[in-house]
Amino acid sequence: MATHVHRPVTSPAVRVEGLTRSFDGRTVIDDLQLDVRPGEFVALLGRSGCGKSTLLRILAGLDRDIAGTVLVPRRKAVAFQAPRLMPWKPVWRNVLLGLPGKPGREVAEQALTEVGLSHRSDAWPKTLSGGEAQRASLARALVREPDLLLLDEPFGALDALTRVTAQRLVGELWQRRGCAVLLVTHDVEEAVLLADRVLVMDKGVIAYETTVGLDRPRDITDPRFAELRARLLGRLGVDAATKTA
Amino acid sequence: MSISHAPSSSSKPDISAISASDDSPRAAPDLEPIVPSSTRRTRVPRWLRRTSGPLALLALWQLLSSAGVLTAGILASPERIAQVGSDMVADGSLGIAMGTSLQRVALGLLFGAVIGTGLALVSGLFRVGEDLVDAPVQMLRTVPFVGLIPLFIIWFGIGEAPKVAIITLGVTFPLYLNVYAGIRGVDAQLIEAGESLGLSRWGLVRHVVLPGALPGAMTGLRYSLGIAWLALVFAEQINADAGIGALMVQARDFLRTDVIVVCLIVYAFLGLLADFVVRSLERLLLQWRPTFTGR
Repeated sequence: MATHVHRPVTSPAVRVEGLTRSFDGRTVIDDLQLDVRPGEFVALLGRSGCGKSTLLRILAGLDRDIAGTVLVPRRKAVAFQAPRLMPWKPVWRNVLLGLPGKPGREVAEQALTEVGLSHRSDAWPKTLSGGEAQRASLARALVREPDLLLLDEPFGALDALTRVTAQRLVGELWQRRGCAVLLVTHDVEEAVLLADRVLVMDKGVIAYETTVGLDRPRDITDPRFAELRARLLGRLGVDAATKTA
Repeated sequence: MSISHAPSSSSKPDISAISASDDSPRAAPDLEPIVPSSTRRTRVPRWLRRTSGPLALLALWQLLSSAGVLTAGILASPERIAQVGSDMVADGSLGIAMGTSLQRVALGLLFGAVIGTGLALVSGLFRVGEDLVDAPVQMLRTVPFVGLIPLFIIWFGIGEAPKVAIITLGVTFPLYLNVYAGIRGVDAQLIEAGESLGLSRWGLVRHVVLPGALPGAMTGLRYSLGIAWLALVFAEQINADAGIGALMVQARDFLRTDVIVVCLIVYAFLGLLADFVVRSLERLLLQWRPTFTGR
């Protein structure tokens, strides 16, 4: 899973040039450049309020008050921090929601099997646990067969154990599907564990980026892992990182 | 630590108590069992508990009537009312009256529901609609609809039309308000999720907005039903020659409190029936709701 060094790519999965977004005169994203290669897993780190979620919403097409060039694949899918399942639809109908044509239930079942949730396909969202709801949300994103998967802190609301399982699941799904992924997170360890490339966003631009040259599956006890994590934490302004190694 | 503070603040017996507990091993606290809710609950079935209150009230009424406290001229006894009621059922007069009244309510409810939800959809879904529809509706809402009866009689005569119109008017506003509030109360996060899933504008309305507005619509329906019966009573007291209200007006002329009470019971029964229908509808349509259902 070697990542290539930067070189001009003919057709990126995401191309952002000179993107600017302001809220009432306050600039949140300031002339930002970003390219994501097809099949690349990119993690976007940043303190809260740095504009990383805004960038994701722009890429998702949910925020269009922008200036600059943003090119994204037509087939893209989002999984939000809250699962945002429609409470009035059973899980499998949630998965199929918005798909073009009249897809049969087996399409949903297949996606649910992929995330290990086929046994809850008839359930109401209110009966799902936090981890199950998040997996349903993932299935809903995957069933669209996206070329770009946008994940907005999808593990943020999960407890520590469920989070580990969910992270592993996302890693597996990405390797199987081969779609480009942009993962917005504030968890440095999660970023280093999953991503090919980690970006740190600050003051509306990509302030720092690094490729993660570690072989998969990655070992968090690997000293190189710890070194990378400490470096990123330093970039995020957390200096106490050295003692955790 | 507590000992060093104790002499200054508390009296001697307290100090000795503290030092005594410090010397000996800590006494075990008294334990109390946490009783499972299944055993804590009474064994009386729910329906029995719910019916016992009204039955007790009925018994009290019969007692007062038998004791002569309530005379027939003021309020007939339950026994007498039951007798008159079964007679009226037997000769068919009650059935016919009920049918007539029920038809008025059904028609009024139908028209009111169509108009109310229609207007709510227009002003809830479109900002233009809101600007055009909401203000006039909010103005009309403040007019007491019962006060329009004279006007309706002039417009529609004294047949069925003014009665249905009054019910329609009464039903329209609560439905409008609740459906509108329901639409505007749909979680913006879900709308956004729907957008991100590629739902079209109509798809958003169908799969996100309308289901999300359903709880509000059901509340509106319940209010509407209550008002529909109220409007029916008002409408039927005037110039009605058929229906429950007409029976009541006749009974008033003959001082028949028993017939009046029978009619009131029928009104109440129909109201209860309508409420039951809506409750069943809610249980069916809103089973996805993650809300507290009571203990």
